[in-house]
Amino acid sequence: MKLHEFQAKALLKKYGVPVPEGQRVETPMEASQLVDQWGGKGVVKAQIYAGGRGKAGGVKVVSSKAEAEAAFDDIMDKVLVTPQTGPEGRRVGKILVEQALDIKDEYYLSILVDRAQARLAILASAEGGTEIEEVAATSPDKIITLTLDPVVGYTSAVGREIGFALGLDGALVRQFDALLKSLIAAFTAVDASLVEINPLVVTGEGKIVAADAKVTLDDNALFRHKDLAELDDQDEADPLEWEARKHGLNYIRLDGTIGAMVNGAGLAMATMDLVKYYGGEPANFLDIGGSSNPDKVVAALEIITSDPNVKVILFNIFGGITRCDDVANGIVEATKRIDITVPLVIRLTGTNEKEGVEILKGAGMSAATSMDEVVERAVALANQA
Amino acid sequence: MAIFVDKSTRLVVQGITGRDGSFHTRQMMEYGTQVVAGVTPGKGGQFFEGPDGKKVPIFNTVEDAVNEAGANTSAIYVPPAFASGAILEAAGAGVKFIVCITEGLPVQDMTRALKYVKDRGARLLGPNCPGIISPGKAKVGILPAQIVTPGPVGVISRSGTLTYEAVIQLTNAGIGQTTCVGIGGDPLIGTNFIDALSAFKDDADTEAIVMIGEIGGTDEQEAAAWVKANLNIPVVGFIAGQTAPPGRRMGHAGAIISGSAGTAEEKMKAFQENGIAVAARPVEIATLIQERMGL
Repeated sequence: MKLHEFQAKALLKKYGVPVPEGQRVETPMEASQLVDQWGGKGVVKAQIYAGGRGKAGGVKVVSSKAEAEAAFDDIMDKVLVTPQTGPEGRRVGKILVEQALDIKDEYYLSILVDRAQARLAILASAEGGTEIEEVAATSPDKIITLTLDPVVGYTSAVGREIGFALGLDGALVRQFDALLKSLIAAFTAVDASLVEINPLVVTGEGKIVAADAKVTLDDNALFRHKDLAELDDQDEADPLEWEARKHGLNYIRLDGTIGAMVNGAGLAMATMDLVKYYGGEPANFLDIGGSSNPDKVVAALEIITSDPNVKVILFNIFGGITRCDDVANGIVEATKRIDITVPLVIRLTGTNEKEGVEILKGAGMSAATSMDEVVERAVALANQA
Repeated sequence: MAIFVDKSTRLVVQGITGRDGSFHTRQMMEYGTQVVAGVTPGKGGQFFEGPDGKKVPIFNTVEDAVNEAGANTSAIYVPPAFASGAILEAAGAGVKFIVCITEGLPVQDMTRALKYVKDRGARLLGPNCPGIISPGKAKVGILPAQIVTPGPVGVISRSGTLTYEAVIQLTNAGIGQTTCVGIGGDPLIGTNFIDALSAFKDDADTEAIVMIGEIGGTDEQEAAAWVKANLNIPVVGFIAGQTAPPGRRMGHAGAIISGSAGTAEEKMKAFQENGIAVAARPVEIATLIQERMGL
């Protein structure tokens, strides 16, 4: 789960990380009143989940109240297209106004979980303000990486090693150590999966400040951070995906015409891949899990059919512990409850396969036995429609 | 032979009285796995009723299960909030092979659990995995018994039902399995591809291996290089998620393309470059195995 910049900064501030003065504003007047406190100098920033806002015109430096109001009007409701939003872009619904920093130097700093080492990793670079992927591609030696022992955690020696490697002098390294300690405390306290500060700024006054902050929370840990879970921004989510999450469904919307319902994430991905293999386009990823419960099938079918692009829906169910007759009953029950206008193609295999197929036959539906067969049929139907 | 579990497995089921724990314990017992104990804090002294009237003693702690029932392997069917604690408890009690079925463990819990398990000289399988089955010998987890049969192929997979898809085709083609290992769908796991491959390498009965991977991370790529350097038997690979969009978690917490890293394309290329036959579709896995084994 992502946090907006203003939420990320409020969170980090709580843990002692220096962030610029500022807050969210809802009107041009609020924007101008805020910058007035700073002699008219401020930064007006779009708050969307995607990066690259600056280049897309979502961040404006202002030097007067009038400019602040104009910037607010310009940015609010603007559709920003960045490399991370996709071509359709994202509409700005929230704005953060901050005091402008006297930027002397920019650095990159992030904390994430290193998969290969199963440890927290700290990444730092003197190439601040640039896309880190770019730096990693062109000059990987400019990125410093250190991992933390899971039991020992952060020590000042780590902070000093990174700070001096970045070229900071003794006084700044002391500040850097304190900042990094706070950052890691925040990272572990909220179960983050990523905290990225880009740029980490050294100001003209010799202060280190997190000029931008990106925080991503571990979805698996949200159960123990209900207050943070509530910050999830519905406006940033696809409406069907939001609806699906409410029903506990693992659903990701794509842009094709072939809807799918599969039990198992790996099998669901393989099914999507097979659709493409046979010349079709998947409309969604959906892992229905081990449940044959008709309520879940109904909810899933309702969501898939709400997508106007869907021309056919395929089921790929491999019943291991889950029984095929239970699943068949679930499908039949679901189709009785809601009106489905697109063809359903079903593949049911595994435990009680024969019984499941009989139940479907009784309801006027048929089932394929192989994954290839059901996908080919779905693609043919989608192409006809 | 087999890897990790066989007839010498003495299993303690953590969470034996829960809905999933109780159901799967019966299934495991029906398969012939020696379930020697269960653990549900507060129900120590009671008995779990298995199939054919078999009774399994329930203990309050894994320590008791190890000391009094001689458990050497554990299966964890405990909710995500408590699962890492269950792993720590099992490792602390001296269990040497721990299988965690549970999905949804916070990733930072795993950084600590993995280190502790390693320090205790134990092996963790999972979390978020269907477990392991050595056909004809033992099953620890939820892999369905009817899809496997004893034979010469080792199977290592990050998936659940996709594994079943591949395995049943092998079984239907008359090609059985030594052991099917579900390593799980999480980003931080106790046993990775190389760990399982190393164990298969030392298993004289395993004559070929199937690897089923998916997007996210570098496990398959590293394993491919390991295979080239260390194995002489045929290996066939499949990667799910060729059409997955970047940056999205595709069900499994570990199935996510970060930036441009961890794509299916990258993994399939690593397989090809290291002599691993790549199945473009699940149905090709069995045919490639037949080909490579000269069957």
